[in-house]
Amino acid sequence: MSNAIEAEGLVKRYGETTALDGVDLTVPAGKILGVLGPNGAGKTTAVRILATLLRPDAGTARVGGYDVLRDPVAVRGLIGLTGQYASVDEDLSGRDNLVLIGRLLDMSKADARTRGAELLARFDLSEAADRPVKTYSGGMRRRLDLAASLVGRPRVLYLDEPTTGLDPHSRNEVWDIVRRLADEGVTVLLTTQYLEEADQLADRITVFDHGRVVADGTPGELKRKISGQTLQVRPTNRDDIEIVAKILLDLTGAQPSRDVDSGVLNTPVDDTMLVSAVIKRLDEAGVGVDELGLRLASLDEVFLAITGSKEGARA
Amino acid sequence: MTTAIAVPTTSVGPVKALAHGMVLAGRNLRKTLKSPEQLLDVTIMPLIMLLMFVYLFGGAIGGGDRDAYLQMLLPGMMAQTILFATLGTGVGLCTDITKGVFDRFRSMPIARSAPLFGAVLGDVIRYVASSSILLVFGLILGFDITTDPASAVLAVAMTVAFGLCLCWISAWVGMLVKSPQAVPGVMVAFIMPLGFASNVFVQTNTLPDWLKAFADIQPVSLLAEVNRGLLTGGPVGGPLLGTLAWMAGFVAVFYPLAMVTYRRRMR
Repeated sequence: MSNAIEAEGLVKRYGETTALDGVDLTVPAGKILGVLGPNGAGKTTAVRILATLLRPDAGTARVGGYDVLRDPVAVRGLIGLTGQYASVDEDLSGRDNLVLIGRLLDMSKADARTRGAELLARFDLSEAADRPVKTYSGGMRRRLDLAASLVGRPRVLYLDEPTTGLDPHSRNEVWDIVRRLADEGVTVLLTTQYLEEADQLADRITVFDHGRVVADGTPGELKRKISGQTLQVRPTNRDDIEIVAKILLDLTGAQPSRDVDSGVLNTPVDDTMLVSAVIKRLDEAGVGVDELGLRLASLDEVFLAITGSKEGARA
Repeated sequence: MTTAIAVPTTSVGPVKALAHGMVLAGRNLRKTLKSPEQLLDVTIMPLIMLLMFVYLFGGAIGGGDRDAYLQMLLPGMMAQTILFATLGTGVGLCTDITKGVFDRFRSMPIARSAPLFGAVLGDVIRYVASSSILLVFGLILGFDITTDPASAVLAVAMTVAFGLCLCWISAWVGMLVKSPQAVPGVMVAFIMPLGFASNVFVQTNTLPDWLKAFADIQPVSLLAEVNRGLLTGGPVGGPLLGTLAWMAGFVAVFYPLAMVTYRRRMR
């Protein structure tokens, strides 16, 4: 399968600060890449370079086969951009904004109006279509931003933190829209600070920190790669908790973490065969358990593990 | 509905660029028409200035003859007002940049210069409104057009054209400063001397020599002279040539500056 977005060794410096420090990105056509990272990690800088809004100091990037530096106009013909930086005009109505964009994309007046009305209906904005955008709620505003980036039927869509500041309901609406677009074959690069969002939407996740890619993989791979799995044990009798802790320590060589309130012990395990050994030892010790299971680390744990350890290494 | 798949192009031709500029100018026009209160700064302020100068200072400056003073003042005030009106161009551009509207445009396959051109052309309505309203208000106060209506229309047209050339300074400043609120602060350094160290409010022979030398040749004074000729009779040719030269000069210097600053800011 061909790649819709390919970037190699992107570097961007602002004076002393290095916003991007050699970033590689690849997004296969029709897939969703989640770029995850804290504020200031370089996510927006990367998007701006891929959208031809910013020139990298080093590195190359191709979108739909076109070089962002050599063929910026061709790239612009393929992309749609929604985010903190690409905005609509707040003084104009939603409809006027969409028609304006259609006209700038060389549509006739009639076509631009038709396309605008189509998108307004699709994003549930028909009723508010003729009100100035400054009167819109946060969710409506974000839906219009999305609609604006779709007027030209882009094949590649950049969504820069599309749900930041939205309530859960509006966030779910945006998620549904993104999923539908992906179903239609649009390639999506989505930046987010929310692990859940990347987990929900993305086929692959690239984690940024301090302008570098610190991890890359499918959501499942990332969870496994970073923290392996967690074994969770809850003895029936709270008094047995020390016995269980001893058994886990013996078998894993690490002190399990305890949740005193729920009486649960957690310990990271690399080898899933360990579970049967734990069961055997518990059985021998005559300890009954209410709960015993393996689970993948949550993406939150993964994220903290990656960015946290980086921080530690740097200090 | 079926739509042809757009074939990617690698550059934007001049015809398309012009079309995009016109679409963006239409955006500014629409905004002004939808919220006419945006015109208040270029209408009410000049009217108050006019009233102030005619009734407050006019007697003193004009030696007691307010009517004669109004005849001298109004054509000049049209020039001075258009100078102030160009402020809005820079403010508007800077607002578009800081709000991210320009980034949307720039992520689209349109000419890079189109948003800038569009903003400038879109301000025409502000300029026309400000000049015409001032002229009409002057007529109400007793200003007398001693030439003919065609000349009066020409005076308004000349004033608007002057504004379109001068506003590249404002556009440049709008590209330079970080926030829209900073535009007037910077522009004042340029607007106040041109607006007031001129022949608009006083005869330049009342000024010290060095100031008179400046006031006699600067663009606002020259346009004031052109407008006086067109509205109340008198020679037009000399000041007209001078005004046109200034206009060409402003475009030649500040259009490229605005463009370069725009490109640099957008890196």
